[in-house]
Amino acid sequence: MGDFSQKWARFLKYFIEYEGYKRVQTGLKNTLIIAVLGLLFGILIGTLIAAVRVMPKYKRLPRILNGFCSFYVGFFRGTPMVVQLLLFYYVLLPILGIKVSSVQVSVLVFSLNSGAYISEMMRAGIQSVDPGQMEAGRAVGLSFSATMMMIVIPQAIKNILPTLGNEFIALIKETSVVSFVGASDLYVAFNYIGSNSYEFMVPYIVMALIYIVLVVIITILIKLMEHYFAKSDRRK
Amino acid sequence: MSENKAVAATEEVILKVEGLKKDFGDKHVLNGIDITVNRGDIICVIGPSGSGKSTFLRCLNCMEDPTAGHIMFDGEDLADMSVDINLHRQNMGMVFQHFNLFNNKTVIQNIMLAPVHTGKKAFRRLREKSGYSSVAEIKEKAQKEAMALLKRIGLEDKADVYPSTLSGGQKQRVAIVRALAMKPKVILFDEPTSALDPEMVGEVLDLMRDVAAEGMTMIIVTHEMGFAREVANRVLFIDEGVILESAAPAEFFGNPKHPRLKDFLSKVL
Repeated sequence: MGDFSQKWARFLKYFIEYEGYKRVQTGLKNTLIIAVLGLLFGILIGTLIAAVRVMPKYKRLPRILNGFCSFYVGFFRGTPMVVQLLLFYYVLLPILGIKVSSVQVSVLVFSLNSGAYISEMMRAGIQSVDPGQMEAGRAVGLSFSATMMMIVIPQAIKNILPTLGNEFIALIKETSVVSFVGASDLYVAFNYIGSNSYEFMVPYIVMALIYIVLVVIITILIKLMEHYFAKSDRRK
Repeated sequence: MSENKAVAATEEVILKVEGLKKDFGDKHVLNGIDITVNRGDIICVIGPSGSGKSTFLRCLNCMEDPTAGHIMFDGEDLADMSVDINLHRQNMGMVFQHFNLFNNKTVIQNIMLAPVHTGKKAFRRLREKSGYSSVAEIKEKAQKEAMALLKRIGLEDKADVYPSTLSGGQKQRVAIVRALAMKPKVILFDEPTSALDPEMVGEVLDLMRDVAAEGMTMIIVTHEMGFAREVANRVLFIDEGVILESAAPAEFFGNPKHPRLKDFLSKVL
């Protein structure tokens, strides 16, 4: 193992002395920004789409919206995230003449992408809530959207919390593709250390460990949230 | 008891249903129902299962959209899709067979939710003209009224628990005061005791009796013949989507005319 301790020393040298940790800091920050914002906007988009999809459809507007949502979900689930990133960064935004940083593009694409997946989770969640809840809300004179917001969606989110956790974990890990558009995430940072020190073994091990630690922390947070939501539950 | 009823019911028409029809696909569930409800009326609706009595009730507040006919309430036709049904539902409470309390809200939040929400909406639209000076005042008033309602049903100590911890009878009593909190003109009851354990039926019926005695207009789909006979001032028998008989309870149970009703009563009494 003498070899390994040499490699470790070499890594530490590049990590601390040559200030590799600063790049790792930026990478970690970007990874978290992209994943967290992607999740939050994704929940927002997904909830809106799911609400449209469960709307009663005897009027024209909900039908048009529904068609649009099917197209949206179809596109974002039908193409890989990398392709979406490249399309947005190198095709769509230049055509529209919008100048944004690669991190901003990544946040946008991650939001839209996770929105498509979360919409299907949320639809299942909404459909798992007893229809009597919606009826009771409408019967006291609340509108469809007010009942959705105050009664149905909170219960739906509670039901799909474990799957939402899955989505968040997937997002964290998928941030490793944003280097395709030049955003510096964790992978870019450790790759930089590796290529400068001509030694990739330790940087990649440390990178993997950081991802694992992130995921463990998220898992704990989700458990805490589930516990919080369980307060209205019989199964305490 | 019969004197009370005479006092309670008035000549003021509050709800007028004409030619109400409802189809589910090519299945005709309601085949033309006409009924006039006066303020203070307690109307019990009975009939065999699948007769359309629940559908009839659910059409009244457009939980099911009527296929044809008119439902005149507050000077508007609720069957007309262009009326603001949410506004009218605030004046037409509903109590469900399965209670349908909001699971993610505490008992007191269940009762306050609609009054606070509609109060806020009115305040945003009308500002001071709504009769409130602030949102906090709306909440405070709703809370006070909700607490009074809970005290009335003896559940004030349950104000801050979630519905999942209540018994069926308690849930249904909370559901009834939730409807009362909106101060509706009519309350529709859809088999309010059918999902209850037998020993809890009494407490719910007692509360309904109490509400009836205050002069509330009530339309009740029920299988409780004793309750219908005692509390109602009119009983309807619905079968195959039409009203076959409509009479005061003494006449209805003592001297039924329609052969289907005679047959039905001989089975259930």
